[in-house]
Amino acid sequence: MSSDEPQQTIHDSTAPSTDTREARIGEGVDDRFNSRLREAFGASPFILTKFDEFMNWVRGNSMFMLQFGIACCSIEMMHTYAIKHDLDRFGAGVPRASPRQADVMIVPGTIVSKFGPRMKRVYDQMPEPKFVVGMGSCTISGGPFQEGYNVVKGAEEIIPIDIHVPGCPPRPEALIYGVLKLQERIKNGESSAVVVKPYELEEFGDLPKDELVQKLADQIDEDDLVMRYNWADSP
Amino acid sequence: MSTGTESEVEPELTQPASGTDEAELEALLGDRAIAREEHLNAPGFVINPNDVQAVLSDLRDEAGYDHLSCVTAQQYEDRYESIYHLKKFADPTDELSIVVPTTTENPVSQSAEPVFRTADWHEREAYDLIGVEYEGHPDLRRILLPETWQGHPLSKDYDQEKPQLVTLTEHQNPIQPDHREADSDTMFLNIGPHHPATHGVLHVETVLDGETVADVEPDIGYLHRCEEQMCQSGTYRHQIMPYPDRWDYVSAGLLNEWAYARAIEDLADVEVPEYAQVIRTMGAELCRIASHMLALGTFALDVYGEFTATFMYTFRDREVIQDLLEDLTGQRMMFNYFRVGGVAWDLPEPREEFFAQARDFLDELPAKVAEYHDLITGNEIFQTRCIDTGVLEPDVAKSYGCTGPVVRGSGVDYDLRRDDPYGYYDQLDWDVITRDGCDNYARVLCRMEEVEESAKIIEQCLDLLEEWPEDERDVQANVPRTLKPDADTEIYRAVEGAKGELGIYIRSDGTDKPGRFKIRSPCFSNLQALAEMSEGEYIPDLIASLGSLDIVLGEVDR
Repeated sequence: MSSDEPQQTIHDSTAPSTDTREARIGEGVDDRFNSRLREAFGASPFILTKFDEFMNWVRGNSMFMLQFGIACCSIEMMHTYAIKHDLDRFGAGVPRASPRQADVMIVPGTIVSKFGPRMKRVYDQMPEPKFVVGMGSCTISGGPFQEGYNVVKGAEEIIPIDIHVPGCPPRPEALIYGVLKLQERIKNGESSAVVVKPYELEEFGDLPKDELVQKLADQIDEDDLVMRYNWADSP
Repeated sequence: MSTGTESEVEPELTQPASGTDEAELEALLGDRAIAREEHLNAPGFVINPNDVQAVLSDLRDEAGYDHLSCVTAQQYEDRYESIYHLKKFADPTDELSIVVPTTTENPVSQSAEPVFRTADWHEREAYDLIGVEYEGHPDLRRILLPETWQGHPLSKDYDQEKPQLVTLTEHQNPIQPDHREADSDTMFLNIGPHHPATHGVLHVETVLDGETVADVEPDIGYLHRCEEQMCQSGTYRHQIMPYPDRWDYVSAGLLNEWAYARAIEDLADVEVPEYAQVIRTMGAELCRIASHMLALGTFALDVYGEFTATFMYTFRDREVIQDLLEDLTGQRMMFNYFRVGGVAWDLPEPREEFFAQARDFLDELPAKVAEYHDLITGNEIFQTRCIDTGVLEPDVAKSYGCTGPVVRGSGVDYDLRRDDPYGYYDQLDWDVITRDGCDNYARVLCRMEEVEESAKIIEQCLDLLEEWPEDERDVQANVPRTLKPDADTEIYRAVEGAKGELGIYIRSDGTDKPGRFKIRSPCFSNLQALAEMSEGEYIPDLIASLGSLDIVLGEVDR
């Protein structure tokens, strides 16, 4: 009896598998291996796979999103979660309010200088492995606000992003497509290459003592975390 | 002239009639008025920087200008200038601008905060972005930009290329022991900037005494996207119109576009065809319903954690509206449908299908509203949470410059659609909703009833559009390809947005781009009142109050 004919054991008789069991483990053992699962899979009660692949499959099919509203795109994101589009159909529809419970972050909106360090903090609080979907033009390049004195030109200046969904804002269908693409990548075990991040949280004391740092020296403590923001130098 | 546009220029026409008032005002101000200015919307008096409080309190107490709508600061080549746009809650067409110039070397002006509480944040913003300093202001700090920012970005000598440093100190761990003051048992608590109850990226610094809120300080600016700078670098004709959609992004796009459209059309003297006004009115009210639906759904979410039923129901209705608006404008949210002098295109073909869909929605609406009343307002838990919490007395609301459903929930009968009519509103049959409760419940009921009034307006617009003669369907006026209003023409125009009075101040400098573009956001003023509403109450009531204010951070921070 070969294991590539499993159906017979379900529909006809359990004898072949019982025979196999007896052949393999002999008499006197309880029948805990004789489960329906084993019947379904045939002679061997095991699926041979890599643990990594199994974990990726699990991760991709049960993504906990971070409930993270920033700007206009968050309204479309809420529509994606709500009825009609219902992201839950794809195993990704339960937004978690705490970053410590989430493993996917949708960045739905413009990042400005004041929010940059906070978003970095929220991202850092998420447990590994974590994935990011950048939603909308603002997370790609700053979008329509790119020229603004206060706008970070794309969320990728601060955190690595796996999937970019373009649009202003993207339709819910587009976001769903983006999430599905992310699931596909996770299932295939691909994660984003970590990019160089121009904006990092640093301790104020570690910064090179340039003119700006000197000027702020009496306002900021040595061990306070700061983020540099440089509109001109980012792409 | 068509009747629709007549209402638009009405405030200008009434200016000569208020000439007697101006004489009285001149007498009231006496020597303190050092010069006169004419803005398109209102007469202006120039006063000394030291007289601000005296003049404003006289105008409020003697002349009845009880609404400080907006404070605009700007820099000229030779001076800084703050403009206080005053109105009356009883009659918003009776406007007055108080212009306070200060020198470039020493831009210090007296603060208006002791007279109008709303000047607090407005002046902080002026300090932050322009660099005018206000003497006697209780807390003159940066409001939109990080505290460590260097320079004032909308002033003339600002260099955008310079690097900046942003700290993370404002976001300290609330359970650190040093956040308990030594001789008290109060606790400091950060709510936000990432928090599900703040409806975006608002940071509320709260001091708690047990479970009671002892002090509340909203910290904003986490979504300051430089909207004013964007508008100042765009041309009037086409480049500015996409941005208003992104101020109040809760599907209220057409309402916002109308604010800009109204200001520029009055500034450039453009007459909008009546047919376009009817389409605008209909679209704007659809947006209002969508916006109020979201307010209702998220409020229910805040108050009893209802992610499943109410939230989904309101989003079901929003989807219907968004489908209608998508048919009309081609986009779900960022419509960019209004043009200077009209709208982009006519109703979608086949028109009958659009009318049928819109009427289907309106026919189903009463049953849905009844369902909401069953689900929400009739719910005993909901009522316990909302009645007599977050009380905002009418006088306090006026002093903070609250508008929209917030002030109408406090019994102040103020709605620009009726009081300062524009579009087609004055020829339609609808009512302004007010509620005397002053609490969270009153504000929610106000929004729900406004949805029904909006439905009435849409119904009448549909009737009009259906019967409109085919050869008179002009959707756009003849507007020059390049708009260059005369230099130094100033105008402040407001419309009734979903959240309240959305005003635009434009000063032209003779080019095809505005010299100064200032947005008066209703949420910015409404949010200021949060401290008044929630101090002394429990922390869940603070969340309910915040929800009932229905702020949208894109409009608070701009």
